Amino acid sequence: MARTLINAPATAKRGEVIEIRATIGHPMETGFRPGDDGKILPRNLIKRFSCRYNGELVFSAELFSAVAANPYLAFHTVALESGTLALTWEGDNAFTQTESLTLTVTA
Amino acid sequence: MRHPPHRSDLNYLGTTPSRRQLVMAGTGLAAWVMLRPALAATDDLAAAVSGYAGGAAVTTGKVKLDIAELVDNGNVVPITVTVDSPMTAANHVRAIAVFNEKNPQRDVAKFTLGPSYGKAQVSTRIRLATTQQLVAVAQMSDGSFWSHTVDVIVTLAACIEGDT
Repeated sequence: MARTLINAPATAKRGEVIEIRATIGHPMETGFRPGDDGKILPRNLIKRFSCRYNGELVFSAELFSAVAANPYLAFHTVALESGTLALTWEGDNAFTQTESLTLTVTA
Repeated sequence: MRHPPHRSDLNYLGTTPSRRQLVMAGTGLAAWVMLRPALAATDDLAAAVSGYAGGAAVTTGKVKLDIAELVDNGNVVPITVTVDSPMTAANHVRAIAVFNEKNPQRDVAKFTLGPSYGKAQVSTRIRLATTQQLVAVAQMSDGSFWSHTVDVIVTLAACIEGDT
């Protein structure tokens, strides 16, 4: 399990736009870089990120070699009702990790 | 009496390729060799953008790609793409993509936004191999494409060892 750092409000007013910032510890090896032995290091990327709010997809990203190591993403969504936000990272070598957080929506 | 051509002989300039011609041919060849990769990279970028738009017209405007003009460290470059959109069900941003000119691969990242995204803004951190152009493209819910092109200067490149 890679370490993640997620920054999102725990509560929000209904209709408010909330910002979610997420980072995951990952080398994002490009597959273009030679290692110490001169051989190209095998590619190891996170290729896809998605955020589901109560099961509905609110944001997804396709990431390529040009995304920096420990990929950071900041995105928004409208607080509609209390529930969970599920953040999923998927990548090479069958990498997959999901982190969930709860959001309480007040009237 | 005939004698071999001499540099000072006027006939010499007339009968064989002059030094000026040779120098000009050489310069032309060098310019062609130097320009070719640069033009190819720009063409690739344009091709990547039009490929993403699926051949639809991409208009400049509405999109703002925020990035430092002078990048100290190409390994971690924060970028923010903001689109001028009310983000309502009828009129919102459907997708945002970022392309580069001279990294080994044209794609940087592609984002898909849900209908209740709220604020048309996405941030991430990217790598830049060298001084180059970046393009952010946004697709609106009406199917139109908008873009913003930025030139950045990179002092310390990402993946130096890997670059030729």
